[in-house]
Amino acid sequence: MAAPLLEVRNLRVEFPTRRGILTALDDVSFSIEPGEILGVVGESGAGKSMTGAAIIGLLEPPGRIARGEILLNGRRIDALPYAELRRIRGREIGAIFQDPLTTLNPLYSVGQQLVETMTTHLPITPDEARRRAIGWLEQVGIPAAAQRIDAYPHEFSGGMRQRVVIALALCAEPKLIVADEPTTALDVSIQAQVIALLKTLARDKGTAMMLITHDMGVIAETADRVAVMYAGRIAEIGPVRQVVLHARHPYSQGLMGSIPPLDRRVERLAQIDGSMPRLTAIPPGCAYNPRCPKVFGRCLGDRPDLMDAGPTQAACWLYDNV
Amino acid sequence: MFSFVVSRVLQAIPVMLVVAFISFAMFAYVGDPVSIMLGQDFTEAQRTALVHNLGLDRSFLVQFLTFVGNALQGEFGLSYRLGRPVAELIAERAPATLELAFCAAFIAIAIGVPMGVYTGLYRNSWLSRFFLTFSLIGVSLPTFLIGILLILVFAVNLGWLPSFGRGDVVSLGWWSTGFATATGWKALVLPAVTLGLFQLTLIMRLVRAEMLEVLRTDYIKFARARGLSNRAINFGHALKNTLVPVITVAGLQLGAIIAFAIVTETVFQWPGMGLLFIQSVGSADIPVMAAYLMLISAIFVTINLVVDLLYYAVDPRLRVGRRGH
Ligand SMILES: Nc1ncnc2c1ncn2[C@@H]1O[C@H](COP(=O)(O)OP(=O)(O)OP(=O)(O)O)[C@@H](O)[C@H]1O
Ligand code: SF4
Ligand SMILES: [Mg+2]
Repeated sequence: MAAPLLEVRNLRVEFPTRRGILTALDDVSFSIEPGEILGVVGESGAGKSMTGAAIIGLLEPPGRIARGEILLNGRRIDALPYAELRRIRGREIGAIFQDPLTTLNPLYSVGQQLVETMTTHLPITPDEARRRAIGWLEQVGIPAAAQRIDAYPHEFSGGMRQRVVIALALCAEPKLIVADEPTTALDVSIQAQVIALLKTLARDKGTAMMLITHDMGVIAETADRVAVMYAGRIAEIGPVRQVVLHARHPYSQGLMGSIPPLDRRVERLAQIDGSMPRLTAIPPGCAYNPRCPKVFGRCLGDRPDLMDAGPTQAACWLYDNV
Repeated sequence: MFSFVVSRVLQAIPVMLVVAFISFAMFAYVGDPVSIMLGQDFTEAQRTALVHNLGLDRSFLVQFLTFVGNALQGEFGLSYRLGRPVAELIAERAPATLELAFCAAFIAIAIGVPMGVYTGLYRNSWLSRFFLTFSLIGVSLPTFLIGILLILVFAVNLGWLPSFGRGDVVSLGWWSTGFATATGWKALVLPAVTLGLFQLTLIMRLVRAEMLEVLRTDYIKFARARGLSNRAINFGHALKNTLVPVITVAGLQLGAIIAFAIVTETVFQWPGMGLLFIQSVGSADIPVMAAYLMLISAIFVTINLVVDLLYYAVDPRLRVGRRGH
């Protein structure tokens, strides 16, 4: 098996606050192979965005990586000096944010933003960068790209802006894209198009992707593997078909609701009774134990780590000694 | 673009008319020019003749329109106090005020913007704290007190700089400049600092607040995620987005600098329009006061127009309908 492109090991992110240290992520470990699409799901506040931010080194202070490591092609990137980290961002790891209305600088034309990104990372002239910028706009499906390149973000619709953001994330040819809910802010009617575009481009360029979303349908159609997060930890991780159809962890089972066939579009995450505990009130033992229908004695005292549960790995005592 | 300018100029007309009306009203209600000009001894015939010459026997509307018509040609009549054409007096004094205001504005922007950027970027450094404390002084001390303190330290105690006047000036046609001589420059320092200090601290605080705001935005985060250099992010993406509010305030402050030069000019006996105005108030020299009021308003209106044009240049969102969809 090829070496993983990205490897996250025992990642722990903390926020020092006045009332003590908040642990936002704890013991998060996973890897992404070259060209692979990893879907990340979980309720709001589970730590999905936090994981993405830690990978691109954009945790908002005072948030910090307290333990663990992040490796890109075997090289540690979690403690790099700013100048080196900057050369990784955009060049080796691209990012796509949620709201295309706010991610583009309103005072720069889309061409300027593309050109500056490319000339920052690639040994090319501004003229060559501009030529490529038009090519990128064509690839992401902006009509009349050669004329639109000098237009400003406000002259594009939301969906078109997200296409521009995708072009920006890909233009320096990174090997990995972290896409944090790339379609949540878009009109429902164009979400599918944008996801399809993202998937096609990632497959064509062999770009791996960490795709954070709430939409199980998107996961089912796009991802190779899925990680389910709960209260700052990974509850289950495995091949998409297994997790969606035969989830092992009770939380994943709750998320997927009744077992849906892969070819039918699954809408929003099913509701589970109760709510995820806040970071300050995570119960001892398994964090899911107040809501878990299968809770038993051991769950109340010991915290389960990921363990093999057939084709997937689940952090649940039900699979101890399987 | 052209229609934009035209519409702004049209909007300025009513403003200027109101100011003209107020200036005009001063003639009618503040003091009595006839008795001021006639002095003690006069005959009724002399009086009637003067009233007729000044046009005071005509209807209110005709008088007002005549006033506006004259004002448009730069005609404000004779100064009661000095007996010379008001336009000439103002033209003589304008260079001093404009040079002072320009230097003060330059100091405020050239120092205030970098200080604002610095304090925005390095919020917790001791230098930022020092700048902020210093800016409190600039905001809270009244201008005349700052002027007097500066005179005390740099003119009286240290003897480095003059405490009053413009130094030697050189005439370039009708413009007299203090920029051409060493004494002229030296004389500028204290009044310009006094006049610019408040604006400097204001601009610094504004730039700082705007920087803090902009640095939190998604597009700055995204610019970081694209791996742009700190320099490109801080001085390109972030600073440019603070410009619109900064231009507004800097523009308004330039108007304020020219208007409030009155205090500084009085403290430093700076021979500008402000000092002329204060002297005119003392002797109820209405023509000079009226002309000054209208000139200052015209300057404010012009600055507003320039500010609007700058917005247009900085923010593409205002250039609507240029490319369409
Ligand atoms: N600046 C901060 N200080 C303290 N805690 C924070 C801070 N930012 C986020 N958190 C906490 O970290 C946790 C993870 O947040 P994160 O944004 O990663 O959630 P998410 O899974 O992306 O949720 P969503 O689906 O709503 O985007 C949340 O509980 C949140 O309250
Ligand atoms: S460990 Fe126990 S409480 Fe937690 S998910 Fe498994 S069964 Fe439920
Ligand atoms: Mg999120």
